[in-house]
Amino acid sequence: MTATSTTAENTQRISMLKVLNPFHVWALGVGIVLVGEFMGWNFSVAKGGAYGALIACWVIGLLYSCVAMIDSEVTSTVAAAGGQYTQAKHIIGPLMAFNVGLYLVMAYTMLEAADALIVGDLMSAVAAATGYEGLSPQPFVVLTIAFLAWLNYRGVFMTLTLNFVITLFAFMAIIALFVGTDPLNPGSVLKHSDLLTELPYGWIGVVAALQFGMWYYLGIEGTCQAAEEVRSAGRAIPLGTIGGILTLLVAATLTWYISTGLMPWQYLGQATTPLYDAASIIGNPSLQVVLFIGTMFAAIASANGCINDAARAWFSMGRDRYMPTWFGAIHPHYRTPFRSIIFLIPIAVSFAFTGLLDQVITFSILSGLLGYTFMSINMIKFRKMWPLDVIKRGYIHPFHPIPALVLLGLCSVVYFATFLGYGASLLSIMAFYIVASVWFVMRRYQFVKRGDQFTMPWPRPKGY
Amino acid sequence: MILWEVLSYAAWIVSGLLLLWIVVDAINVSREFDEELLVSSREGADELLEQIEQEEGAR
Repeated sequence: MTATSTTAENTQRISMLKVLNPFHVWALGVGIVLVGEFMGWNFSVAKGGAYGALIACWVIGLLYSCVAMIDSEVTSTVAAAGGQYTQAKHIIGPLMAFNVGLYLVMAYTMLEAADALIVGDLMSAVAAATGYEGLSPQPFVVLTIAFLAWLNYRGVFMTLTLNFVITLFAFMAIIALFVGTDPLNPGSVLKHSDLLTELPYGWIGVVAALQFGMWYYLGIEGTCQAAEEVRSAGRAIPLGTIGGILTLLVAATLTWYISTGLMPWQYLGQATTPLYDAASIIGNPSLQVVLFIGTMFAAIASANGCINDAARAWFSMGRDRYMPTWFGAIHPHYRTPFRSIIFLIPIAVSFAFTGLLDQVITFSILSGLLGYTFMSINMIKFRKMWPLDVIKRGYIHPFHPIPALVLLGLCSVVYFATFLGYGASLLSIMAFYIVASVWFVMRRYQFVKRGDQFTMPWPRPKGY
Repeated sequence: MILWEVLSYAAWIVSGLLLLWIVVDAINVSREFDEELLVSSREGADELLEQIEQEEGAR
């Protein structure tokens, strides 16, 4: 565990605490994502029907498996907060790093806002069920963000230990629901033979469903933000990330199997809380309670992980002067990026108060997608500049360059799918990042200390 | 129902207290510690990889 250290020049330095283990890494990645199993994924059913949603689940599962493998390899060598931002800085260059940093901060802050909105809406739903109509979700939205920001401020160990407990509960709730559907006797509870239909809108509907398939897995790449605080990052990050994507593949498939066996696609495609609805259809009150708590916990775990990741990405950009250095401060007692955590609170609350859940989520998904596109290019460049025999990796992903090329191809298809449903959002988000890039080049880059950016003890890259 | 109204007010109050605590603590820390120390962290390599390299170098 690192406290303050004294350098050769006898100047004291503060660093983050290395207190996390692979279970925390798993909790960070799966915790951010699992809420997508409880709600959101089912919009893919409205586009592609039940089978279309299954194709989206597995095709996007392949996309994220590539993300997890690529991320594990690069992060096992770039053990620093900032994750993909730091990778871009070392492997591609400052403009890409700035953009990737911004994708991360926007994706996680938007997702955090959406999660807090979900908690607020769930509280309103409980109030309505107990006879109190019209309860404002706003105080519960603010309480969620304030409590989790306070927790993040006070230290990473407790933050991610809590995430581990509530994420595990939410995952076990899905398993309990699966067991409750009597899966050994198909037809007794689950009626797939009656409910599964042909593709309602043909193959174009399946393509359109891909965008919503991302809800199953969006955020697993967040594991690498823990790299500076985990013991033996070269081993722990790949373990936590690969364990995380395996957990999500199981959870996503079970979620699809349970829901499509209980609800017709026309209802499922517009349901707000499909897994809770599934528990209600089974008619087991205990399962209903477990699924309600699971939904709440999944939303809280996601918001918690998002605060952690967004703050570390913003902190890293401040540390490198891509943003004011003031944001690059670490709390001397709690060893957290405390100013970045505080700075992002009002932004998350503002997004949440708009109440535009679908727009907020779309912005988050598109920012994530831009990040995945970068990762495929990044991986090919990384192996070319630093081949396997040049620098040590804690994990080496198989079949290179196939995962990087598959990732690039699938990202292109999802861009097309997003354009079909949210063309205006896609273009406005692209415009936002282009304007931000112009600002960075014209105004901000002059403050960046170019020589200080390359911090990894790697040899000169091949060809340079 | 009065319970939900009380819970709403309680949520606002607790949120306010938590945010106030964070802001006050951040101000105190910024006053108490030198700015150079607060922004002194540096990116570091993973100690596991360093250990592997040292072991291989010793062989």
